[in-house]
Amino acid sequence: MSAPARPESIALLERLVAALQARGLVSEEEIAQRQASTDRASPEIGARMVARAWADPEWRRFMVANGAAAAEQMGVSMAGAPPLGILEDTPHLHHLVVCTLCSCYPRAVLGYPPHWYKSFEYRARAVREPRAVLAEWGTVLPAGMQVRVVDSTADYRWMVLPLRPAGTEGWSEEQLAALVTRDVMVGVALPRLPVAAAAE
Amino acid sequence: MSDAPTPAIHDLGGASRYRCTPVERDEAPPDAFGKRVDALRQILAQKGMMTVDELRRGIESIPEADYFTMTYYERWLTSITTLMVEKGVVRPEEVR
Repeated sequence: MSAPARPESIALLERLVAALQARGLVSEEEIAQRQASTDRASPEIGARMVARAWADPEWRRFMVANGAAAAEQMGVSMAGAPPLGILEDTPHLHHLVVCTLCSCYPRAVLGYPPHWYKSFEYRARAVREPRAVLAEWGTVLPAGMQVRVVDSTADYRWMVLPLRPAGTEGWSEEQLAALVTRDVMVGVALPRLPVAAAAE
Repeated sequence: MSDAPTPAIHDLGGASRYRCTPVERDEAPPDAFGKRVDALRQILAQKGMMTVDELRRGIESIPEADYFTMTYYERWLTSITTLMVEKGVVRPEEVR
């Protein structure tokens, strides 16, 4: 699955880049700049959005109504990006995000999709046996909790706004954001308190 | 079974052949090849030379045997290369 690209593919890429460079359509500087800006997008952005939604009901309403506008307020450029939908978990409803057709993912606020998100197994199984997939992440939901699986598309991306964990009353947004991992915002995991904090 | 048409190769939602096959938890970021293909796609899109839907069409028309043996970014590169040839941006012999 995550095997390295074959030498002939690496050679093809360089032939394509060279052909585009020869026509002045692409430069090495542009590629380097674009790669650097793509590398800067990370789940920390989404985590700050979630933490703020937990701390501030007004922001939460704003974010749920328009995820892309909320991301823009976090300093992310959403120009050209599809809309960003926010899936609010409740005590009775858990959301899981997949892209069954390929790999659509809210890259602006979560960074590159991880390899497993793009895997044939995840794409096939998330909609068929979501609880079994969740269990592989150690995520076991109460029997009465409904699971809603949402298919991200080229035209609409989704992230999960999970429930704020109990025991985090009075925490700062920075402390809260540290609980919100990429997996939590995809929905394969739930926010977990650090062991020390949970034991207090 | 049913009279439903066979799904296209990329339409993997619910595909029974993956049932009970664990998801390989590969957390590594894309390698240098993948990041370069990714950046190239973004640049070509920004310049109006291709769209995401065209990328998808190129990926989704990869023959089945290749679709399942190529890496993710090899599928992207195949699609981007096909598009650039189709549009007459590069000549086929340059990317053969």
